Amino acid sequence: MRHALVLCAAAGLAAGLAGQPAVAQSDDRTAAEFDKFREVLEEANPAELWELKGEELWKTRRGPKNASLEQCDLGLGPGVVKGAYVQMPRYFADTGKVMDAEQRIVHCMITLQGFKYEELAKAPFSRGNYTPDPVSIVTYVAAQSREMKIAVPQSHPKERETYEIGKQIFYYRAGPWDFSCASCHGEDGLRIRTQNLPNFTKPGAQAARSFIGWPGYRMTGGVMHSLQWRMNDCFRQQRFPEPGYASDTIAALLTYMGVNSNGELYRGPGIKR
Amino acid sequence: MRKAIVFAGVAAVAAGCAGMGGEMAYREQAVGIMKRDFHARGMATVDRLNQDELQRVCTQYNNKPPADVEKRLEAAQLAAIKAPADGKYMGDWKRGQRIASSGRGMTWSDKPGAAGGSCYNCHQLSPQQPSFGTIGPSLRGFGKTRGYTAEMQKYAYERIYNSKAFSLCSTMPRFGHSGTLNEQQIKDVVAYLMDPASPVNR
Repeated sequence: MRHALVLCAAAGLAAGLAGQPAVAQSDDRTAAEFDKFREVLEEANPAELWELKGEELWKTRRGPKNASLEQCDLGLGPGVVKGAYVQMPRYFADTGKVMDAEQRIVHCMITLQGFKYEELAKAPFSRGNYTPDPVSIVTYVAAQSREMKIAVPQSHPKERETYEIGKQIFYYRAGPWDFSCASCHGEDGLRIRTQNLPNFTKPGAQAARSFIGWPGYRMTGGVMHSLQWRMNDCFRQQRFPEPGYASDTIAALLTYMGVNSNGELYRGPGIKR
Repeated sequence: MRKAIVFAGVAAVAAGCAGMGGEMAYREQAVGIMKRDFHARGMATVDRLNQDELQRVCTQYNNKPPADVEKRLEAAQLAAIKAPADGKYMGDWKRGQRIASSGRGMTWSDKPGAAGGSCYNCHQLSPQQPSFGTIGPSLRGFGKTRGYTAEMQKYAYERIYNSKAFSLCSTMPRFGHSGTLNEQQIKDVVAYLMDPASPVNR
């Protein structure tokens, strides 16, 4: 009931936001209202709905192999969920590569439950009332790292290599508009329209804005999104072709930004504008 | 001879440890991974991942290329700018305003031909539009402060057509060069910057 109320209120605010004219004055007002609303919402974060759904999906026997995800190894041993999210992306010996949280969950859904990647990749982002299962599951997993420090590992050589590869992807200029990730997120204090652009190349609180708040309940549209969606939409705006869902490109970028976020406190699934 | 080769090898390893060579190897890996992972969607084809010389140089030198490389490539970009066929640089500032305000264009969710200039994403222009970005400098009062001269019209046209002709690793897209805006659309944006009646100059 409480959740239903919060959701209705959130949907109402989102509708209100959509109707605002795009001028700074109302944007400032909207931002202030949004901050107030976020404070109220944090008492009953709508993300909790997806956490619950994700927990159920994690524990239920599903898929062609009729198995749960309780034997899924997120890096801390089979079935260990607590603290796993803030320590990913990390190296996994069974695949021989560095994987991010959602990519690893998808891997477990394929290997343990028998789902097909092609099926999972067909419509991997939330829309309207539709939330893909991996998004709910990653929300559940992320919630089990609430109030923990981000500690993306760099002990394995592959993890250090993936950081360097992610950094190169971040700075790679291409496409019709010559953009890289760094075009918008490589300097302090920039703004696109009235939207602040955090500098993800600066280790600490600035870079951690790439990590904190995700997965996030997005008021625009009233849906739950994970970092997979965020990276996808950044590449769209970068005028690049589309990156594969749960691909190594995304894992490398998340490694670069995740390591830069290390030491900051992860507050759990958040609320996004 | 063999000594020279060994020396070159040692130097390369040293350079690699210092950053440059290592970075290049990581970049090659990164490009390989991207080329495997990306697919075409809408107008956004995978050949967009291939860098032209300018993009390659700006990536390689972290946007600060050696002066000689910079000069050579800037000159090439300038030489490739197509001047308006009728020799006129000014269009209609009202149409220019619509183009400046639109952030559409060139993404996989855009239709070909439906492009704006995204000017307000990065620049301040008209005082009546307070929703502007700060990635580029303020262009408020562009014509008024720089003078309503023919030279300035030409400069504005060329700068919009290809910003890289003036600053090789500028963040600003090459709107003419990339085919984002056509000649008339660029003229309209020039008028938005240079017409005394435009809100930019009021």
